[in-house]
Amino acid sequence: MSNSVYIGIDLGASRTKLAILDVDKNLIGHAVRHSGTDYGKTARLVLDEALQMAKADEKDIVSALSTGYGRKNVSFAATDKTEIACHGKGCFHYFPKEISIIDIGGQDNKIIKLNDKGFRLSFKMNRKCAAGTGAFLEEMSLRLSVPLEEMNALAEKAEGMVQLGSYCTVFSGTEVLENIRNGKSVADIIKGLFYSVIKRVVEMDSLTSHVVMTGGVVAHNPYLVTMAGEMLGRKILVPPFPQLTGAIGAALFSMNAEQN
Amino acid sequence: MSEEKKPARKIIETSKDMGRYMAEYYYELNDAAKTGKQKIAWCTSVGPTELLRAMGFLVYFPETHAAMLGTSRMATDLIPHANALGYSPEVCSYMTSDIGAYLKKTTPLSKAFPGIESIPKPDVLVFNTNQCRDVQDWFSFYAREFNVPIIGVHAHVGVKDATEPIIRDIATQIENLVEPLEKTSGNRFDMALFKETVRNSRKCSDLWKEILETAAAKPSPLTFFDAATLMGPAVVGRGTTVAVGLYEKLLAELKQKAAARDGAIENEKFRIYWDGMPVWGRLGAHSKLFSGLNANVLASTYCSSWIFTSLDPDDPFRSMAKAYTELFIVRSDDYKEQYIEEKLKIYGIDGIIYHDAKTCPNNSNCRYGLSKRIQKSTGIPTLSIDGDLCDMRLVSDEQTKTNVEAFIEQLSEMKG
Repeated sequence: MSNSVYIGIDLGASRTKLAILDVDKNLIGHAVRHSGTDYGKTARLVLDEALQMAKADEKDIVSALSTGYGRKNVSFAATDKTEIACHGKGCFHYFPKEISIIDIGGQDNKIIKLNDKGFRLSFKMNRKCAAGTGAFLEEMSLRLSVPLEEMNALAEKAEGMVQLGSYCTVFSGTEVLENIRNGKSVADIIKGLFYSVIKRVVEMDSLTSHVVMTGGVVAHNPYLVTMAGEMLGRKILVPPFPQLTGAIGAALFSMNAEQN
Repeated sequence: MSEEKKPARKIIETSKDMGRYMAEYYYELNDAAKTGKQKIAWCTSVGPTELLRAMGFLVYFPETHAAMLGTSRMATDLIPHANALGYSPEVCSYMTSDIGAYLKKTTPLSKAFPGIESIPKPDVLVFNTNQCRDVQDWFSFYAREFNVPIIGVHAHVGVKDATEPIIRDIATQIENLVEPLEKTSGNRFDMALFKETVRNSRKCSDLWKEILETAAAKPSPLTFFDAATLMGPAVVGRGTTVAVGLYEKLLAELKQKAAARDGAIENEKFRIYWDGMPVWGRLGAHSKLFSGLNANVLASTYCSSWIFTSLDPDDPFRSMAKAYTELFIVRSDDYKEQYIEEKLKIYGIDGIIYHDAKTCPNNSNCRYGLSKRIQKSTGIPTLSIDGDLCDMRLVSDEQTKTNVEAFIEQLSEMKG
């Protein structure tokens, strides 16, 4: 069965990501879409799209595993695992050593620690608050009337940076308005928002020496990685497809389950 | 695994007797409040109930009522009424939900026990700040509302050892309650009766300890979710012979289950320790969540808080002082760490869950590094979940579920 493929789908609160691996664990197909309100339909759409990219057919699927908030809503995945397990698996695939993973998602953040064998030592998710998540940047993009996709470039070219001190998204919004009133540039404000995201995340837990960053927010805003590196004083590792790491981990789990 | 296939926890037969006992307890209070034939004292959960009973009072515990507001999920709608009165959403949600219920003239007792229309009016309010300062504020509200006396014991906190000066101080405070209680009750203090009450309380406590320790069996015949409701008599009935009788029966049932290796959940694979308050509004949901993952939450700091091994009928005042000072909640972190480490060994625990209850800092033990220190010393993984005892606005079910599932995955990886 040379065309055998393994599917991992990460149905997140904001985006649905699907990864297809071949038997040699190469990523041969992938797709990302807004999760929307019909999870079943979205899952189907990303599957079709990714299969097309992989030049594969449904009959080639050996197994599929789902993860993410909507992991129970995927009809074609026989099993599921939490996104914490799958992000860990996906990151260890690219960086097989003792690592601390920072995953910044649309709805939540995670810090996951793995030992040098890939076993999870601990994990921590953000509290109920949206501070430090993609939802925070989405809210601020609306406040500033700056499209999300333009924020990274603006932050990169900022000459200064405003200080934003609040935990709370609503209070941060007030701080942003105050800075606008005081004539600060939008770029400096966005850089301040990025800094605030990183601060909220790294204060969640201690980190080991090798730090990996993943998630859709990082994928679309690579300047966050630069800032995190500066803040932590070390080079941050980023897998080739940071938004797909959970889906890739899910596909790897599905492959393991099949092989066992 | 689909919801319907998830194994549920098994029925404990004696829990039916417990239900009947709680009904009789509340009907007796209701009758006394209506007829005035017996005085009623309100008491905090670890207050000097033995003295109150010996003085002839029926004893009502607002904390138990607040837990019912939580389990009935009435609390979240009632708390805002107390908030509007100036009680912050950040303070004890037992207090705010109870005050809210009073303001809205409602009680879960009416639904649970038909014919009861309201909580029983107090003749005196007696607190012990060993739970927190909020209990005093809570009772002060009712002292103003009902215009009745409020008296109490101010506990020492952060206690490493229950030393002689502390015991002397607390014993004196308890003795000083006698005079005002004589005035309110119209009864003279009777030392023989007091000793007898302390004797019954000690028996109840010893039995409750043995009951909880049946969970050391593998598989455990008991879950934390059972114990959180089975502890009713240890809270409201300690000092009575009825509570002793009930616990003798419960202990026999659990011992039998343990001997027969009849676990509380099917296929117990993971043994979990719970620190902190229950999330009362999610007691059933959490029970299903864990049992569905073959994880038995079988021991807790919370349910063990009604074990008072120092009670001694021959020295009632001082032994009460000692017992109520040895309470986990008022102890130093050094003591708490040793205590939890010992429980982990006794119960053969695979993982610890700390409930960080937003409005209950005194019962949230993961806030000052204790959880990480214990993880380091024992190697047993820990998970902290954010939530609350009564205010369900502070609970994220999806986050809790993901966290718990990921935690059990981690334990599963470790077991190989």
